[in-house]
Amino acid sequence: MRIRNDLQRPDRGELPIYGAADGEQKQAPKKGGGGEAEGSAGPKKMAKKGEKLKDEMDALVDEIDEVLEENAEEFVKNYVQRGGE
Amino acid sequence: MAIPKVMGTEIEYGITVKGDPDFDPISSCVLLVNAYREDHAGEILWDYDQENPLADARGFQVDGEKYTPNQQENIARNKTLVNGARYYVDHAHPEYSCPEVTNVRDLVIHEKAGERILEASRREANALLPEGTQLLLYKNNSDRKGNSYGSHENYLMDRRTSFKQIVECLMPFFVTRQVFCGAGKVGSENRGHPCDYQLSQRADFFETEVALDTMVKRPIINTRDEPHADREKYRRLHVIQGDANLSEYTIYLRNGVTALVLAMIEDGAVDRDLSLRDPVRAIKETSHDSSCTQELQMDDGKRKTAVQIQAEYLEMALAWAGRQSLDPMQKDVLTKWEHAVEALGRDPMELSQQIDWVMKKALIESFMERKGLDWQSPQVEMLDLQYHDLRPDKGLYYLLERQGRAERIVTDEEILAAIHTPPPDTRAYFRGECLKKYGSAVFGVNWDSISFGVDGEPIKRILMAEPLKGTRAHVEELLESSPTAADLVKNLRA
Repeated sequence: MRIRNDLQRPDRGELPIYGAADGEQKQAPKKGGGGEAEGSAGPKKMAKKGEKLKDEMDALVDEIDEVLEENAEEFVKNYVQRGGE
Repeated sequence: MAIPKVMGTEIEYGITVKGDPDFDPISSCVLLVNAYREDHAGEILWDYDQENPLADARGFQVDGEKYTPNQQENIARNKTLVNGARYYVDHAHPEYSCPEVTNVRDLVIHEKAGERILEASRREANALLPEGTQLLLYKNNSDRKGNSYGSHENYLMDRRTSFKQIVECLMPFFVTRQVFCGAGKVGSENRGHPCDYQLSQRADFFETEVALDTMVKRPIINTRDEPHADREKYRRLHVIQGDANLSEYTIYLRNGVTALVLAMIEDGAVDRDLSLRDPVRAIKETSHDSSCTQELQMDDGKRKTAVQIQAEYLEMALAWAGRQSLDPMQKDVLTKWEHAVEALGRDPMELSQQIDWVMKKALIESFMERKGLDWQSPQVEMLDLQYHDLRPDKGLYYLLERQGRAERIVTDEEILAAIHTPPPDTRAYFRGECLKKYGSAVFGVNWDSISFGVDGEPIKRILMAEPLKGTRAHVEELLESSPTAADLVKNLRA
């Protein structure tokens, strides 16, 4: 979620407006991680990282799909243990 | 000066037989434990004479009946392994008690070896079951229907440290340590407040602060006073509050940090009053808050989050560490604890490759998002259970590990070696090596004794009241110069 916010920030065009308003507010966007220093290279890098992360998560979900026990509802219902210790 | 923290864990596993509506847990456990074969293959008794689970650390003996099975039942339910572990049937669960170790890295190795041993016996047992049925094991602590089974930690402590002091200094730590060692659970049970997800498998089950019980009205601090060692010198703190963890990193922190805090208590270094107004309530509040921002009511009227309380213990630990010569592993535990506390204060999800409850939560949330599921859906409950599945190809923790999404502490080679090798630096070495060398002559075993039946003579029991004696350095020569058990007994007398 955090990554997505960062990616959206430059598109929304909020940075310059904040910047024009007053000096104090200029600091605010920096806090969010989309500071000016990163310039135009930042979002691209983040987008790549975001895509990679999404691909990885997709691969993980696919693998889980393959191994997940079928008839989940019945399976978890039947998993009853006696108390121990 | 704190004494060395010799330690070990006892894990009860969940067990079921898929495809068998008449599944009986006890006979399945007996089948499982006996399906595991080691070369020594003697019929060895577990020596119940030495046990006293009804002694209370507050200084009294509780009424009750001590469990002593007959000889045949004893042999069927108890296996002592060549690595020094005990593998047995405890009520309706298979249980693995790892050998005593002196450091937390060895603890991770031996707890993980236990997972492999149970999985190996599961495969053997399955070969004996009817087609269409399959025995399954879970390293968790709850069936999510109000039934819990334990995973206990044991730490050797100095008898001179009073139990009262231990309780006071430890309670806030035990209530809050789940932020870095919970195993995670979907939903709540045992009349707990409803929630989607919580940090701990066990928090819902704690009903009192301090007591001897483990099966009903479970206490946060257990008072069992059964040191399995020289009781004039030692206590064994029997910790029932923890979860069964899969993540090596989490196990490392769970035992490593706890051992440090116990050493600090022995040294009088837990010198801040962090008493909670209501520990039983606080342990549930902490568990039910996966943002780790819920403030707990302190006894002095202030409010602190669980992470802030951990940060205070950490500060005390750093101050104490400055006055000690800690070994590199203890320093590493401190560094990792510091890292975890800082990350938990920022965003717990930063620990999605280290801490079980976070790893499981991240996995479930990815799945839910992609599939459009909610926390109540049966697939989500299934993910929760299957995270703990011991089958390497099905268990979701193992899936994360294969994908490089679980930070490791030890290697597969070390784990595999520990299946057949006792730790070299505790009495577990003597126990394990005796089984390897004189298996058929070993009559009975307990943590602090081993007895031999030699040539029709009366049984000879060798006592091992010192957990740090019987190490390789102590007994390797003795074992080498004793080709038979009779020689060993003779040489020990000399």
